[in-house]
Amino acid sequence: MDPECSRLLPALCAVLADPRQPVADDTCLEKLLDWFTAVTEAGSSLLLLQENPCLVELLFHVLKSQDLSSRILSFSLRLAGIFAAQEDCFQYLQQGELLPMLFGEVGPLGGAAWTAPAVRSGWIQGLRTLAQHPSALHFLAACGAVDTIFSLQGDPSLFVASAAGQLLVHILDLAMRGPAEGRRSPQACDWPACAQKIVGHIEDSLCSTAIPQVTQALSVLTTAFGHCHGLWTQGLWVRLSPLVARLLEKDPVPASHSLVDLLLSVARSAPSSDRGLWETLAQTLSHLSPTQAGPLALGILKLQDCPQALRTQAFGILLQPLACVLEAAAQAPGPPGLLEGAAADSMMVDTLLSSKSACVGLLCCALAHLGLLQPLPQRPSPWPQAPLLGAAVTTLRLCSGSAAPTSDVGGRLCAILVGCGRVQRAALDFLGALSQGTGPQELVTQVFSVLLEYLVSPESSSMVLKKAFQATLRWLLSSPKTPGCCDLDPHTQLFLRELLPVLQKRLCSPCWEVRDSGLEFLTQMTRHWGGQAGFRQALLASEVPELTKQLLRDPESYVRASAVTATGQLSSWGLCATPASPECPGAQQESLLVELLHILSTDSEGFPRRAVMQVFTEWLRDGHADVAEDAERFVAGVLQAASRDLDWEVRAQGLELALVFLEQLLGQRSSHCPYAVALPETAPPGVLDQALQVLCRVQLFEFAFRALFDCDRPVAQKSCDLLLFLRAKAAPCGSSQEAGDSPNVASVEATLQRWQAGEQGQPLGYLEPGAVVALLRSIDLEGLRDTLAESSDHVEKSPQSLLQDMLAAVGVLGENEADCY
Amino acid sequence: MKLYCLSGHPTLPCNVLKFKSTTIMLDCGLDMNSTLNFLPLPLVQSPRLSNLPGWSLKDGNAFLDKTELIDLSTVDVILISNYHCMMALPYITEHTGFTGTVYATEPSVQIGRLLMEELVNFIERVPKAQSASLWKNKDIQRLLPSPLKDAVEVSTWRRCYTMQEVNSALSKIQLVGYSQKIELFGAVQVTPLSSGYALGSSNWIIQSHYEKVSYVSGSSLLTTHPQPMDQASLKNSDVLILTGLTQIPTANPDSMVGEFCSNLALTVRNGGNVLVPCYPSGVIYDLLECLYQYIDSAGLSSIPFYFISPVANSSLEFSQIFAEWLCHNKQTKVYLPEPPFPHAELIQTNKLKHYPSIHGDFSNDFRQPCVVFTGHPSLRFGDVVHFMELWGKSSLNTVIFTEPDFSYLEALAPYQPLAMKCIYCPIDTRLNFIQVSKLLKEVQPLHVVCPEQYTQPPPAQSHRIDLMIDCQPPAMSYRRAEVLALPFKRRYEKIEIMPELADSLVPMEIKPGVSLATVSAVLHTKDNKHILQPPPRPAQPTGGKKRKRASDDIPDCKVLKPLLSGSIPVEQFVQTLEKHGFSDIKVEDTAKGHIVLLQEAETLIQIEEDSTHIICDNDEMLRVRLRDLVLKFLQKF
Repeated sequence: MDPECSRLLPALCAVLADPRQPVADDTCLEKLLDWFTAVTEAGSSLLLLQENPCLVELLFHVLKSQDLSSRILSFSLRLAGIFAAQEDCFQYLQQGELLPMLFGEVGPLGGAAWTAPAVRSGWIQGLRTLAQHPSALHFLAACGAVDTIFSLQGDPSLFVASAAGQLLVHILDLAMRGPAEGRRSPQACDWPACAQKIVGHIEDSLCSTAIPQVTQALSVLTTAFGHCHGLWTQGLWVRLSPLVARLLEKDPVPASHSLVDLLLSVARSAPSSDRGLWETLAQTLSHLSPTQAGPLALGILKLQDCPQALRTQAFGILLQPLACVLEAAAQAPGPPGLLEGAAADSMMVDTLLSSKSACVGLLCCALAHLGLLQPLPQRPSPWPQAPLLGAAVTTLRLCSGSAAPTSDVGGRLCAILVGCGRVQRAALDFLGALSQGTGPQELVTQVFSVLLEYLVSPESSSMVLKKAFQATLRWLLSSPKTPGCCDLDPHTQLFLRELLPVLQKRLCSPCWEVRDSGLEFLTQMTRHWGGQAGFRQALLASEVPELTKQLLRDPESYVRASAVTATGQLSSWGLCATPASPECPGAQQESLLVELLHILSTDSEGFPRRAVMQVFTEWLRDGHADVAEDAERFVAGVLQAASRDLDWEVRAQGLELALVFLEQLLGQRSSHCPYAVALPETAPPGVLDQALQVLCRVQLFEFAFRALFDCDRPVAQKSCDLLLFLRAKAAPCGSSQEAGDSPNVASVEATLQRWQAGEQGQPLGYLEPGAVVALLRSIDLEGLRDTLAESSDHVEKSPQSLLQDMLAAVGVLGENEADCY
Repeated sequence: MKLYCLSGHPTLPCNVLKFKSTTIMLDCGLDMNSTLNFLPLPLVQSPRLSNLPGWSLKDGNAFLDKTELIDLSTVDVILISNYHCMMALPYITEHTGFTGTVYATEPSVQIGRLLMEELVNFIERVPKAQSASLWKNKDIQRLLPSPLKDAVEVSTWRRCYTMQEVNSALSKIQLVGYSQKIELFGAVQVTPLSSGYALGSSNWIIQSHYEKVSYVSGSSLLTTHPQPMDQASLKNSDVLILTGLTQIPTANPDSMVGEFCSNLALTVRNGGNVLVPCYPSGVIYDLLECLYQYIDSAGLSSIPFYFISPVANSSLEFSQIFAEWLCHNKQTKVYLPEPPFPHAELIQTNKLKHYPSIHGDFSNDFRQPCVVFTGHPSLRFGDVVHFMELWGKSSLNTVIFTEPDFSYLEALAPYQPLAMKCIYCPIDTRLNFIQVSKLLKEVQPLHVVCPEQYTQPPPAQSHRIDLMIDCQPPAMSYRRAEVLALPFKRRYEKIEIMPELADSLVPMEIKPGVSLATVSAVLHTKDNKHILQPPPRPAQPTGGKKRKRASDDIPDCKVLKPLLSGSIPVEQFVQTLEKHGFSDIKVEDTAKGHIVLLQEAETLIQIEEDSTHIICDNDEMLRVRLRDLVLKFLQKF
């Protein structure tokens, strides 16, 4: 600990111990604890206490004082825990009988302060940190803490209850580890007393008829198997698994969620040869209700190695709701086993039809679970792609009311699902996920027709529509190319012809979310297909490009931003708006550039301006025809607009654009990592001079230097990287070295210093390339980069500053030296 | 209690309720679907329409859907629930001998008048040179082409009424306000409640002291312009007659408005015109409000909106003055003061212009592309016919149907082939089946009566069991020309007691909270009110004239035996008997009570819950003694 902190500490302890002083806020106390943790980790706690007796005094004082706030009490308990984590310091504190007084029955435990959850939580956390060595175990046993922890498992405060459970696991782990660990038998005879007590308590809880008790026991075990990796856990499972299995005999199965968590936790940590465990899992799958079994089934399928039979059973459970849907909606009694191993059983049908919420919940879970499995390498094989596609399509049709099931179950299912947005969204997500696989053409046609139905339907809500657009995009992009032909296949062409009028209508929707997702869809589609003749033809024949351009003036800023991105993308592919008049070709395009520049300099919202900058950067990078025509003028205009922008992201994007321009002039950077500027090749002097001239003309340096002292750190960092890159390119070149002493440079440096001080009013004026190179050398860019790399509060985060702040807050320090941040 | 169902149209109901000697007609909607069988009446001579082969121009009129189920002259009152449901009023009040009263709210009457005025105007301004009626003859009708030959009861179709008939019919209306209680002949009380569907639209409660019938017609739970629906007052009904649900249960009004706006914008942006066939009041107010918010954002501020109807001006102005009938939001605007509907601003800024017809000013102002709102939604008469002819040939233009009353395909039939785009966005804000099931759960009527269409899924979507009324007990359904006996019995009647008679009563408390008194009175019944009056005093014996028996004249006044109540505690009774010298008493328990045996006297006293018998042979003295002892234990009054 540095001497300044040692000097401040007694005063701080006095403030903390004084009930009349306003208590520092929780954040300060947390920071203080973090600091003490760091200090004790770095050195001896015993030494710390000996050198700073005020700390022990504080702890004693806290015990004596009656009217201290619960926060200080809680803080002290945790602080004591931190010190006592080291065994020698623990002994030191024990000598003073401090620990029993803090954590034993004579301490806060019996007092009025115990009613505050903060104190109970502090007590648990203190013990949690303290319990690191065998002496701590004896102490816990001696002061009867374990029984208190048992009772805290049912604490009304969820934080306290959960922490109590974790503490139990920690103590158990501490007790069971050690030299004898590997040899411990599942029987209790050679287990440490403390562990026996805890396991006994868990056993009792598992046999209890009270569900909360069972839940507590299960969650303690889940934590144990999840976090403790000692061999002893296997013994524990051997001992407890019969009790867990007995839970399955009850109807309904108590605490099923926790049980599922436990079994999955055990399964993840147990060796795959444990047949008993797999049997228990299989048994659980068959005992739980369809809704409860879903998460377990998913968990089982995600396991790396597990018996095939169990996987089949689990997969069957996930498939069952969809099998029901397929069966119910079948026009005639269909061929059995559409989804093999998942014939719709009557219990599933009953659950589905029992209530709307049950049906919706079950279907959404099944769809979500299967959607998660789909991309995994360990997904069940063979994957029933076709039946799943069929089920997703049928579910969507039931939801839209367009399916006409003839069966009674189908009719009731339809009545429940019709218009249900949740299931629609889940099914569309799932359908999108299924686009990764293939399916029979007939089903794929059905997929596209149901997607179109959703896109057309006025009843689709904006969220459903967004999902429908996303799923459509995934299916479109995954549709197979006709072999030997680089254009879209005829089915897709046909679909596009129907899709574009719908998109047109959606772009006119009064609901902005719909317009926005329509534009996003268009952007993505163009990005992928801008070069496909079929797509271009269909798009140009429609009014979509014109409408997109009109949306640049939309009242909603998100829509304007999306419209900017979309028109930018369309324009990149030469698909923008109506063809220019024959007299002045290119007039239309230029007007788009002007329009985007207008948005950049006048739009009141940040999103559209950011979008414009991104479009411009992309245009410059890809050599968009209109930009390439006069790139210099373009870059100058954009940088001028961006430098005045109030949104830092726009300014940062401006630097990105400047960097692209630089690279085009001077060649690529060697590494794409923005923070690594490693040995770039210097540019030949002739090229460099020319480039510097250009950069000066477009006033890139004024922009970059201004950004270097930007109040937003990311902008400054980016600018720093850009200048470093430039210097690396230009540095070895000695052509303009003598310019370093010119009066021009001196005045520029003076201006820059003022900028750094926050006065950015004065312009830099025109810079000579020579002056620029001189400046680049004279500014300590590396130093600046290191400073910027530090977090913005690194000065204020020092412990000294923390202590000063806390003291200043109560007026102990004479003058207010607090940092203002 | 009986319900005569005169209309089979669920949203244009016409039912007659006979309840406690009153005959109440509930609504008189006019089903104008039969007009679809006629050719449009063009404002400007249309060579295309008049030169169609075969059948020439016929008299296109509105028609009444009624049967001779009931003599309409016996109807005492007509209750109107909204302006759409009163369009047949002149047919009933003017040609049937009807002498009763019609009850309706002021907005219903005023807007109903506008609708009728528009209808009459539309028909009368294109007088027909010839009129044919021979085709109504069944033998000829059989020969007509398909939809016509299948039309039902063509003979009952009527010509449209005249303005004179409208005025006369409307003069029979008495205005009412929400929650106002109206006594009908002392027998029943009727009360209109806000139904949330349209300006002044109401549901009705028809109740006597012990029975309550609710009539729900055209109600809405959506937040549109009218006052919200009053659901609470519908609770505890014996019978709830449910009509006027949404005609398009699968179309959500919000989505339809969105669809309307999108298609409108799309058309106009491409330089096309939009035609909206509509009624001059109702949904148009909400549409204009949506457009008011939408046009600026959609960049349509320069597009003119035209509203053409003989009553356009009155409709727009009326809507602004019925503040008390509007939803809370709009009511508060009035106090700002601001016009409650934003169409006032649209008119001010010249974005919305209204004209009585396409002649005159409109022809001068007309600018394209534009949006035109005009009637009639059937496309058979009104200015809409002109626009259909004018714009039908270009695929740039769009006709958007928002009124759900007519099949848009049938409405378009005479205009085929049509290049114009057709969009169907029916906006019906009336209750859907989900809302109905919530409503029924909330108000819990004992019985629900509804048109048969609501008790099964729509024929085209037989699997949609969610599109029907689902309640317990199942709803009773009716169809046109059926008479239903409503399933509840009247058990009580309220009777008043005159104060002086009440004074003379001496109630006795039989058990806590229950007192009894005997009454001798004369029951007087007049105008469905029942009153107990004191019996007339016995006539003073006149002169020396002797009468044989005074009691002959006043039978009511003979001395009555007191009524007894209470029960006899057997043990105490035995003790009393012993005190009075009876000995050798045996008590036997029986299934119904006790038997007390006086063995010596050979007498038997049978005590049961509701009777006591003393059985002794020919010893009247003993019987009287025993009787008096029994009576001691009972209360008399």
